[in-house]
Amino acid sequence: MAAFIMIVLSAVLTNNFITAKTYGICPFLGVSKKTSSAAGMGVAVTVVMVLATLVTYPIYTYVMVPLNIEFLEIIFFIFIIASLVQMLEAIIRKISPSLYNSMGVYLPLITTNCAVLGVTELFTNASMVDGKLDLGSLGDVVAGFSGTMSMNIGWALLYALFAGLGFTLVMIIMSGMREKLNYYKTPKALAGFPIAMVTACFICMAFTVFSYISI
Amino acid sequence: MNKYKKITLDGLIFQNPTFMLVLGTCPTLGLINSAFSSLGMGLTVLVILTLSNILISLLRKVIPNAVRIPCYIVIIATLVTFARMVLEKFVPDLYDSLGGFLSLIVVNCIILGRAEAFANKHNVGEAALDGVAQGLGFTLALTVMGVICEFFGSGSLFGYQIMNFGVGMLAKPAGAFLVYGICIAVFVYVIDCFERSRRVKANKLARENLLKEAV
Repeated sequence: MAAFIMIVLSAVLTNNFITAKTYGICPFLGVSKKTSSAAGMGVAVTVVMVLATLVTYPIYTYVMVPLNIEFLEIIFFIFIIASLVQMLEAIIRKISPSLYNSMGVYLPLITTNCAVLGVTELFTNASMVDGKLDLGSLGDVVAGFSGTMSMNIGWALLYALFAGLGFTLVMIIMSGMREKLNYYKTPKALAGFPIAMVTACFICMAFTVFSYISI
Repeated sequence: MNKYKKITLDGLIFQNPTFMLVLGTCPTLGLINSAFSSLGMGLTVLVILTLSNILISLLRKVIPNAVRIPCYIVIIATLVTFARMVLEKFVPDLYDSLGGFLSLIVVNCIILGRAEAFANKHNVGEAALDGVAQGLGFTLALTVMGVICEFFGSGSLFGYQIMNFGVGMLAKPAGAFLVYGICIAVFVYVIDCFERSRRVKANKLARENLLKEAV
C-alpha cells in the first residue's frame, strides 16, 4: 500500500511530466486552447502511455537485456510506439466511430510526443539507478521508502497510468486558464505563445510546492 | 548566392525554430537551467539535424512517399543512437547532464519538421546548409536562455560561481517557462520593429521615386 501511494503521489504531483520533467510540452501548448480538446488529448496520451509501457517493458526486460542489445532501445521503442498508435487508430475507427471522431485527430500526433517515449525510457537501465526508479523527493512521506524503488511490470504500468493522469490534470488546468485568458487584453508582443508560457509558469510554481512535501 | 543567404537568415532569425516556430520545446524547457547542458543539447541537435537533412535529401528520390515518415524516424533514431554512444564514451559529463532528453531528440519536432518541410524537397547542399542554420539558431537561442536562467537562477555561468545568490525559481521548470515566454515576446517584438522600420524606409524610397518621376 505504501508503494502504491508513493507511486501515485510521485507520478501525479512531485514528478509530474509537464511541471517537473517538462515532457510533452508540444501538446501542452498546442492543444490547450479548449478544455474539451485538452481532455481528449490527455486521455489519448494516457492510453498510449499505458499500452506502450505494457509492450516495451517486457520486450526490454526479457528480450533486449538477455541479448545485450539495450543500445538499440531508441529505435525499438519508437518503432513500437509508432506501430501501436497506428494499430490503435485502426481499432478505434472500427469499433467506435464516434470515439474516433473525437479522439482521432490527436492520435497521430502522439507518436512524436516526448511523454510517451519518455515514460518507456524511464524504466530502462540508462534511467534507473541499480535497477531502481527515482521517485523524487517523496521519500520521507511514506515511511519505509528511501525515494527509490525497484520496478516490475505492475509498478511500471501503474506509474505510466498515473503519469498520464497527471499529464491530463495539468492539461485541463492549463486549458481552463487559457479559456479565461481570452476575456482579457494581452499586450501585442505577448499574445499567443508567450502569454501561454507565463501561464504555464504559474502552474509550475504551484506544482513545485509539492516537491517540498515532507511529513 | 541570395538563396543561401535566405536559408541562413531564415534558420537564425526569421524562422528560428525556438523563438519563431516554437518547436522542440521539451528539451529547451528541461535544460535551460544550465548553460552548459543547453549548449551541449544545441550542438548535439545541430549535428544530428545536419546529418539527417543530408541523408534524407540524398534518399529523397528512393523513399516512397507513402512510408516516408517511418523512414525518417528510423534514420533519425539511428543517428540519435550513435550520438548517444559517442557522448557516453567521450563526453560523459554532458551525457549525464542531458539525461533523458538525449534519447528524446528522436521525437524533437525540429528534426522531423525540417525533414518534412525542407530536406525532402531540396538538394544536398541546401539541405545541409539548412540543417546548420536551423541547428545554430536552436543552439544560440538555447544558450542565451541557458545563460540567463543559470546566471539569475543559481548565480553561476557554465558552472563557475559568480554571485552568491540566485532566484531559485529560475533554475526550475517554472522559471524556464517564464524566461522562454519573455524571450519569445522580446524576439518577436524586436523583429517586428525591425520589419516596420524597413517597411517605412521602403515606402519613403518609393514616394521619393514617384515624386522624382512626377517632376
